[in-house]
Amino acid sequence: MTLPDYWFLAIGFLFTGYFVLDGFDFGVGMLMPILGRKRNHPDAEQRRRVLLNTIGPVWDGNEVWLITAGAAMFAAFPVWYATVFSGFYLVLLAILVGLIVRVCAIEWRGKIDDPRWRGWADVGIGLGSWIPAFAWGLVFANIVHGVHIDGRGRMTSDVWDLLNPYGLLGGVALLGLFLLHGAVFVALKSDGDVRVDARRFAARIWLPVTVIGAAFVVWTQFAHGKGWTWAMVALAAAALIAAGLSIRADRELAAFLSTSLAVIGVSVLLFGALFPNVLNATDPARSISIEAAASSHYTLVVMSWCTVVLLPLVMIYQAWSYIVFRRRISTAQIPPSIGLSPRA
Amino acid sequence: MTALDIARWQFGMTTVMHFILVPLTIGLAPMVAAMQTAWLITGKNAWLKATNFFGKLFLINFALGVATGLVQEFQFGMAWSEYSKFVGDVFGAPLALEGLVAFFMESTFIGLWIFGWTRLPRLVHLGCIWMVALGVNASAFFIIAANSWMQHPVGATFNPEKNRAELTSIWSVLTNSTALAAFPHTVFGAWLTAGTFVAAIGGWWMVRGMRRGDADAIELAHSFRPVTRFGLGVMIVSAVGLGITGDAQAKLMFEQQPMKMASAESLCHTETAASFSILTVGTHNNCESVQHLIQVPYLTSFLANGDPNSTLKGVTELQQEYVEKFGPGDYRPNLFVSYWAFRFMMGWSVGSGVLALAGLWVTRKGRVPSSKWFSRLCLIALPTPFLANSCGWVFTEMGRQPWVVAPNPNGDPTIRLMVSQAVSGHSTAMMAFSIITFAAVYGVLYILWFLLLRRYVIQGPDLHSPLDGHDDHDDGAPPGGDGPDGADGTGAKKSSSDQLSFAY
Repeated sequence: MTLPDYWFLAIGFLFTGYFVLDGFDFGVGMLMPILGRKRNHPDAEQRRRVLLNTIGPVWDGNEVWLITAGAAMFAAFPVWYATVFSGFYLVLLAILVGLIVRVCAIEWRGKIDDPRWRGWADVGIGLGSWIPAFAWGLVFANIVHGVHIDGRGRMTSDVWDLLNPYGLLGGVALLGLFLLHGAVFVALKSDGDVRVDARRFAARIWLPVTVIGAAFVVWTQFAHGKGWTWAMVALAAAALIAAGLSIRADRELAAFLSTSLAVIGVSVLLFGALFPNVLNATDPARSISIEAAASSHYTLVVMSWCTVVLLPLVMIYQAWSYIVFRRRISTAQIPPSIGLSPRA
Repeated sequence: MTALDIARWQFGMTTVMHFILVPLTIGLAPMVAAMQTAWLITGKNAWLKATNFFGKLFLINFALGVATGLVQEFQFGMAWSEYSKFVGDVFGAPLALEGLVAFFMESTFIGLWIFGWTRLPRLVHLGCIWMVALGVNASAFFIIAANSWMQHPVGATFNPEKNRAELTSIWSVLTNSTALAAFPHTVFGAWLTAGTFVAAIGGWWMVRGMRRGDADAIELAHSFRPVTRFGLGVMIVSAVGLGITGDAQAKLMFEQQPMKMASAESLCHTETAASFSILTVGTHNNCESVQHLIQVPYLTSFLANGDPNSTLKGVTELQQEYVEKFGPGDYRPNLFVSYWAFRFMMGWSVGSGVLALAGLWVTRKGRVPSSKWFSRLCLIALPTPFLANSCGWVFTEMGRQPWVVAPNPNGDPTIRLMVSQAVSGHSTAMMAFSIITFAAVYGVLYILWFLLLRRYVIQGPDLHSPLDGHDDHDDGAPPGGDGPDGADGTGAKKSSSDQLSFAY
């Protein structure tokens, strides 16, 4: 394996980690109004706080996987980073606005003890979860499917080109997968009514999510897949079926591991289908290959040493933080709001 | 407005707005860590209250800092794709290192700190906030090393085949003389900001408590005295550090980026024994019409290289030199902005200086101030370090124009890139749409940030928060036992210890 190939793998790993970890964060954000009941329900606020606090201590660290994946693209494949980030300008702008609003909404939600304040925060969390969950699917589906690239290597697809059937299916499939992943995560991390409702919701959306996910995976495989990526199709399918069975058997950990594997399967399939290119073009001659996009040998060597040393360390302390906060949360454990009173 | 102009305004706006929040984070993290350490060592409840109070303000600020930082990570590729292709081989490495070393650390350990008050043993919990403090300062190092490479490229060669700069030594990039001067200068600036923040809020609260006069308020005022003195101490150390590192940086700049310093001093023509200008008037950014009104003789030459009689090159001569070297073009930055941003950077830091001296005076020998003028001074001084930071960065970045990668006079002159060559080929309409979007989102969030900080400062430390004075544990929260359902293992008081110590 050449060094650029190794780096393609490393970036695939970082994005896969991002999808698995921030995937359930998005799921939880999308579920806030659904599992949190209607706003005027007496129990709604406590339930929403249970949902939010299942990801409370870890969501910020999960999001850094994206930042590091982006920076690693910049370092290892500057041409890839520059072309994709400028080419998908408006989609990334939407993702950024979503993520910005989500960060502030989560952190500031409890600062003022006022239903209207919290209502707006919930809108922010919703925007910051629905938009990126769909948009990442749209972006990666189009990267694999092929975009317009001009003679100077610039991506010229506009937003309407990106909203093609395959791109839209990718967006919906990833969004559905994150929704299921999030519901299963809530079932694993909460107790009481929320846990029961999360499990019920997961069981209800399991079939449509599986069907849409299967359609996307199969389309990807037939249009762009290689021989070995059939294994990822099989993995994603088996994981989704296992998730369905585990949800029905009330085995939440197994269900969560299954949805995680399904996300991994889809992500590896997309990167596998893309290989050996980093960006497919509608005119295959203009596709950008790993070799053409890669940094110099020395840069890749330096970066390799850094990741080999640092990434395991990061994974160890992130795992530790999950262990520290491993306990389930129920509405009874949510402390009273310590926000300040609403005031002009 | 062309797409290039909008891209410049957009990057400037988002970066300045990011860097209003960043210095407070960089400086306040170690200060909160120090307060918590002081609580654990002395056992005094005042330090725990200060930790919680400033911890809350820290987190309100941290959120928007993270949010605005996200944009920066993407914006190089989005709006400056040609730049990204040219420098990615070199510039990407410190950025990726920043993510791997610093961002993961601060984001993971901040979660552990916020939620770990009763889950973690006290020393481990203290270690978490120190890890955050280390992380935010480490991230500053990597991003400044990246920025310094744009000001003074080292450790790279130009590859004409791929038309890009290529890294030859990561060590040279991370020990760039420019970075080694800029990093401590920025960090001292951040500490000055946080020191001013803590001292000004502490000072304001002392006066408020003393004037209110009831027993609780007077006790509160007294508990703010050591906190304020701590802030003042940080300010004084930072001010000395800023002076030393600023001088070192200026000497480097005269050598590495003469055009930037000549513009900052509005030194239009080459001079021997150059004076330092305090006030000039001129019209339309025109070198020929600049009138120097007040000057300090010899000072600029002395600042440049320690010799009051040395000769310094002026903007006009440098412009000719650059045309000979790099072909026709205008190589002058905006003289008006460079000149005034440099002066305002130094001018605004006077605000912190006045507060430091006044604060030390009014709190001498155990005194707690109650005079109105001091609380007013606190409020006036509070925004000044933020303004000084912004002016400093505006000077550094706009003084680099028209380059995005300024040619290193002692290095490979082929490693250079103009800002106009760096921008992505987007339409004006799309750039206009994105800058309006960012302005609107940032505008709303900034208003909320300010209102939240204001509310929480006025509210003051929470005397009966669940974290301190909780139940009968007067000395703070009990370190968590690991029993089921958050019970502390002894089975006592299950109903209250069931609850999480913090939940969003």
